[in-house]
Amino acid sequence: MRFTKDHEWVEVEGDVATVGVTAYAAEQLGDVVFVELPAAGAALKAGAEMAVVESVKAASDVYAPLSGEVTGVNGDIADNPQTLNDAPEGSGWLVKIRLADPAELDALMDRSAYEAYLRSL
Amino acid sequence: MADAETLLATPLHSAHVARGARMTAFAGYDMPVSYPLGVLKEHLWTRAHAGLFDVSHMGPAFLRLTAPSGDPAADHAAISALIEPLVSGDIAGLAPGKLRYTLLLNETGGILDDLMIGRPSAPGRQGELYLVVNAANKGADFALIAAAVGDAAQLVRADDRALIALQGPEAAAVLSTLAPGVERLAFMSFDAYELMGHEALIARSGYTGEDGFEMLISAEGAVKLWAALLADERVEAIGLGARDSLRLEAGLPLHGHDIDPTTSPFEGALGFAVSKKRLKAGRLAAAARLAAEAGGALSRVRAGIRVLEGAPAREGAEIVAPDGEVLGLVTSGGFSPSLSAPIAMAYLPPAQAVPGTRLGVRVRGRVQMAEVAALPFVPQRYFRPSAGPMEV
Repeated sequence: MRFTKDHEWVEVEGDVATVGVTAYAAEQLGDVVFVELPAAGAALKAGAEMAVVESVKAASDVYAPLSGEVTGVNGDIADNPQTLNDAPEGSGWLVKIRLADPAELDALMDRSAYEAYLRSL
Repeated sequence: MADAETLLATPLHSAHVARGARMTAFAGYDMPVSYPLGVLKEHLWTRAHAGLFDVSHMGPAFLRLTAPSGDPAADHAAISALIEPLVSGDIAGLAPGKLRYTLLLNETGGILDDLMIGRPSAPGRQGELYLVVNAANKGADFALIAAAVGDAAQLVRADDRALIALQGPEAAAVLSTLAPGVERLAFMSFDAYELMGHEALIARSGYTGEDGFEMLISAEGAVKLWAALLADERVEAIGLGARDSLRLEAGLPLHGHDIDPTTSPFEGALGFAVSKKRLKAGRLAAAARLAAEAGGALSRVRAGIRVLEGAPAREGAEIVAPDGEVLGLVTSGGFSPSLSAPIAMAYLPPAQAVPGTRLGVRVRGRVQMAEVAALPFVPQRYFRPSAGPMEV
């Protein structure tokens, strides 16, 4: 699993990355009540807005950690937003992206680097 | 990012930090937005049990005649005559021990703030009023009031003390263990009680739509009271996040968002806070405008909105007609934990501000289906004891 400074995680299998928000981000958001996901087939650019996660109080943008095409979204989380709090780094995943440029992965942090980053916040 | 060094702390600040609260800057104070329970569960807890709120950032004060005559009725009339030119309500007509929700108006009838004004019950304290104004406006409000009353009265701020709210269906049972008799206080009444060995003013009031109390107590007493209330298993500490979603569900406006100096009492759907007697007599700021609006001459009015699909509509979202015309803007909006659906308030032309009217709300460029809803979104549950025994 690899991580961004905006608290997204990425797990790559072949040329498809599964993307979600980290446990830290889920805890900061509080109880999630609504998740807006991109449409399958949408083209994402690394660093651009990809999804919106809303708590009672506020809406927070989720950014695409990598460029590529959306091959699937987690429809279950749209119906049960609480899943994002219960299992942010598992069944609370958000989208699957077919990577346009696998070299972008090199810019992401591994878990120990991400944990060091969290300690620095 | 606000500079934490310059923020004020309430007497309960250490208690919030010790409880693991997430703190945020609000109206110049470092305040708890939520506790580890989280906004959603804090909200639902308050609706089911009793929620404890630190609202010490607000502006309690006393306005006292400089030279009272000693005649209680004459002194109340005199202090009322000093404050009434500034507010919308009938202060002269307040009975001893009663509170009134009222509005501070500018010369065009716009709402400078909403506030509570109370008349003490004690015969020895007539010629005095208890005021509680909003945190964000307290400096400006107090300066305006002090200037208006001149030498005839003194405004004494009490925001060095703590203001604590206990709200919810179990609030009365909880508080009566510490202040026996408080359960008999009627909604919008207040009196002096001894709490934790300290003198306190307790009002049967709040801003959640639930039965409950607001207590003014010394900083030292507040720390003891906060701990004693939290020791009761029916009580949870509730942050400003849930305070906001609770008041939104209860249909209560937030000054600076749902009402402001450009909105009048009638536009704000707060006509009940305008004294009919004073309006009829023309003894109100912008009396001609307000009289016309009371008669229905309005171009916009605050209304409730249920968002029927999609994302919550937040402040600033456009309300659109089926033909795409923008009818108004959302002034407060979010997710209602009690209804498990998004709700909002918005200003609409009166013809559209009718419950059941279908509209659209634009969120992030997309128009979602919405409907005008009656306010409040959830029933208010205030404690109003019947005036006498039931007739048989």
